Amino acid sequence: MTDAATDRFPPGTRVRTYRHDPPHHTRLPRYARGKRGVVVEPEGPGELADVSARGRGDAPVEQIYAVRFEARDLWGEGDHHVVLDLWESYLEEDSDDER
Amino acid sequence: MSGDHHTDATIARRVRRLETLLEEKGLITGERLDEAIDAFLAESSPANGARVVARAWTDDAYRARLLADGTAAVQELGYMDGSYQRLRVVENTESVHNVIVCTLCSCYPLRLLGPSPSWYKSEAYRSRVVREPREVLREFGLSLPASVDITVWDSSAETRYMVLPRRPDGTEALDEEGLAGLVTRNALIGTAAV
Repeated sequence: MTDAATDRFPPGTRVRTYRHDPPHHTRLPRYARGKRGVVVEPEGPGELADVSARGRGDAPVEQIYAVRFEARDLWGEGDHHVVLDLWESYLEEDSDDER
Repeated sequence: MSGDHHTDATIARRVRRLETLLEEKGLITGERLDEAIDAFLAESSPANGARVVARAWTDDAYRARLLADGTAAVQELGYMDGSYQRLRVVENTESVHNVIVCTLCSCYPLRLLGPSPSWYKSEAYRSRVVREPREVLREFGLSLPASVDITVWDSSAETRYMVLPRRPDGTEALDEEGLAGLVTRNALIGTAAV
């Protein structure tokens, strides 16, 4: 679907979502901010909704990733999983040193 | 859930106002708009998703294509032609059950499932199913054993999701059409089994 060589986060990469609370539209739900997850697969490129939703024509196109979270990492409890589709700039690699 | 009714009413008012403006400016007539909506809805029904599922149950090669590239596989059957959205089909197994939600709004694979049910758009479903899916599914009448892992797919970007339910036992004698008749809209969302 996409050129794997250009994807910053290959499947299996441990990532963390950003923490900040932007004053504008975003597609990173509040419950998944500052959380650790694992990349399932790239979903294909898409215009960054945070910019395009404000009626701007200059939204950057970024890779979108399906990211899988464990319920206990999101809610502190639960045994299920949640998968979210997240734009690349919502994510950073989760290095072991930060744990 | 009065909050939901309030939101629906607000959106309905906005839509009506927008329609009025478009008509006043001479950009579209009411009849043209009705025709466009009717044409769109005529092609959108859970019978479409059910036919996709029945094909996947009876044709292993099709099932593999459907799971690998949902958009291309449903286009083979004439659905989602020209859609810019990506479809991902997620398969229920003995050990994994999938359920679909859009916590941010109400994203939904309308062409394959028809208009979404009102509960799908409710704040209660959207906020609870990501947090306590086992309990929510139980309220829908679907009790899953603790050994079954539940994966909730939150449609937060451009991909739309559809569940491929498990084929029930004792349906070997049914043909594709008969099988499609068993598949409900809720089974395609993941809030029911077949």
